Amino acid sequence: MKSISIIGAGPAGIEAAAILAAHGMSVSIFEKSESPLSNITDKAFLFPNFADANDLAHKLAEKLKSPSITQHLSTEIVSLSRNGKGWTLKDNKGQSYSSDLLLLATGYTPFDAHRKEELGYDIYKGVVTSLDMERMIRDKAILNSIGEKPRRVVFLQCVGSRDEKSGNHYCSKLCCVTAVKQAIELKKQLPDTEAYIFYMDLRMWGQHFEELYRESQQDYGVRFVRGRISEASGTFDGRVQIKAEDTLMGLPLKMTTDLLVLMVGMEASVGTRCLAKEAGICGEYGFAQSIDPHMDDNLSAQEGLFLCGTCKRPMTIADTIADARSAATTILSLA
Amino acid sequence: MNKFGFSISQGRQINYDEIKSDKLDKLLELVPSYKWCIGCGGCTASCSAGGFTDFNIRRIHTAFQRGQYDGLEEKLKSCMLCGKCLLVCPRGVNLRSLIINMRRILAGVDVVTWRPPREDRIDKQLAKQNEKNKRI
Ligand SMILES: Cc1cc2nc3c(=O)[nH]c(=O)nc-3n(C[C@H](O)[C@H](O)[C@H](O)COP(=O)(O)OP(=O)(O)OC[C@H]3O[C@@H](n4cnc5c(N)ncnc54)[C@H](O)[C@@H]3O)c2cc1C
Ligand code: SF4
Ligand code: SF4
Ligand code: SF4
Repeated sequence: MKSISIIGAGPAGIEAAAILAAHGMSVSIFEKSESPLSNITDKAFLFPNFADANDLAHKLAEKLKSPSITQHLSTEIVSLSRNGKGWTLKDNKGQSYSSDLLLLATGYTPFDAHRKEELGYDIYKGVVTSLDMERMIRDKAILNSIGEKPRRVVFLQCVGSRDEKSGNHYCSKLCCVTAVKQAIELKKQLPDTEAYIFYMDLRMWGQHFEELYRESQQDYGVRFVRGRISEASGTFDGRVQIKAEDTLMGLPLKMTTDLLVLMVGMEASVGTRCLAKEAGICGEYGFAQSIDPHMDDNLSAQEGLFLCGTCKRPMTIADTIADARSAATTILSLA
Repeated sequence: MNKFGFSISQGRQINYDEIKSDKLDKLLELVPSYKWCIGCGGCTASCSAGGFTDFNIRRIHTAFQRGQYDGLEEKLKSCMLCGKCLLVCPRGVNLRSLIINMRRILAGVDVVTWRPPREDRIDKQLAKQNEKNKRI
């Protein structure tokens, strides 16, 4: 049986590793963080069913306990090169690793909200990102800038996605439903706090997403405003004032809120960007490019180099896991 | 006739069967980036003129799109061409050019032979436009 190196121990890399190992392949998995699943353990509850993110992380991490899987944690892969018919990887400490096959599962990174200066992230304390919000929900500590219970929380969609000015034309696909999920969590913890979601279009494409949207209106009183917030500014008492157009009314609006939550999009991670570029398989916006979106979505233009998960494009966890299984099937059928 | 407290008013309905697209076609030819507009209202939200008057640039360009030209020429005079809207537009619509060209088309300037000004002439033209606005 051939050997395979998997770069990235997120849901994608782990699911593929488990299947390949179960079929007798010798698997080495590389993760730059100290522990796997860093993009899952920083979440609280997961759409669409409010599953506990740490439970899921635990279930996935269990799958790594196979004698055929070697884990290399705190190991960032910084370059890859061909080695005859196989591949050689180099890590940040200068160590090299060889294998017959390679699976890229280097995932995404959240959009850096500093890049939208007009929205005031890191300038006004009341402006936070969706990731900060995940942590506040998880720690049951949703607080305004002076450590008190917020009276109002505003969520703003499409920060760093669908935005010419950020250079990202694409839709990140899951921030719409994430905002609804977070607004519901907020209302569960703080029923008296007002929750508003400002959107350009609401994309509730997945199973149960539309129902979640409806539930947020019906059971939690979450309010929706169609309009893009153009700027945020701080008030003397530590709140945030926002400006938008209420496009359904056709009137400009202003609103003061305790927290403005920026729903940041998903960008290709640094690992994805660099390694895809080095392998010559870089697609749009720094994501890795498969050779065919219908039939060969796990194959790259390089023989023996496979792709899975959000290193290709934004995906939910369910989609990521399905894609990892598809990658494993593809690899087993060719190896 | 008006027994029921209402009457059927022609003007309240946009009749898509009667909208002519020649002015819009011209506008899109001169300002192709306007094809990308998704009506998000970012332009209106950022507009300093819109904060204090009933000037609403998103409504104006949407009305133009729908062939509802009544009163637009007058309304467009409130725009100071400051370009703030252009900075926030998520779709990269060239709003300043859009506004200038809506004005031209509505004023009946011969846009068929008229070509957009060269880059170096735009500043002079904007300065002139600002002067005019000050007088209004
Ligand atoms: C705010 C927010 C909320 C979300 N909530 C949900 C939700 O409720 N439900 C849901 O289904 N999805 C949710 N998601 C999406 C979810 O996080 C992703 O679908 C999932 O993490 C993708 O898994 P992945 O394995 O493709 O990538 P990742 O999770 O990004 O994993 C990639 C791994 O590769 C590692 N890596 C990268 N480069 C290197 C390198 N050079 N060397 C070694 N290791 C490297 C990274 O450290 C990381 O551990 C949310 C996303 C965001 C931004
Ligand atoms: S999923 Fe929603 S919030 Fe995210 S980029 Fe797409 S439209 Fe915007
Ligand atoms: S900001 Fe741009 S996309 Fe949004 S309504 Fe204005 S012109 Fe259209
Ligand atoms: S250019 Fe005109 S429409 Fe745009 S922000 Fe300035 S005044 Fe408003």
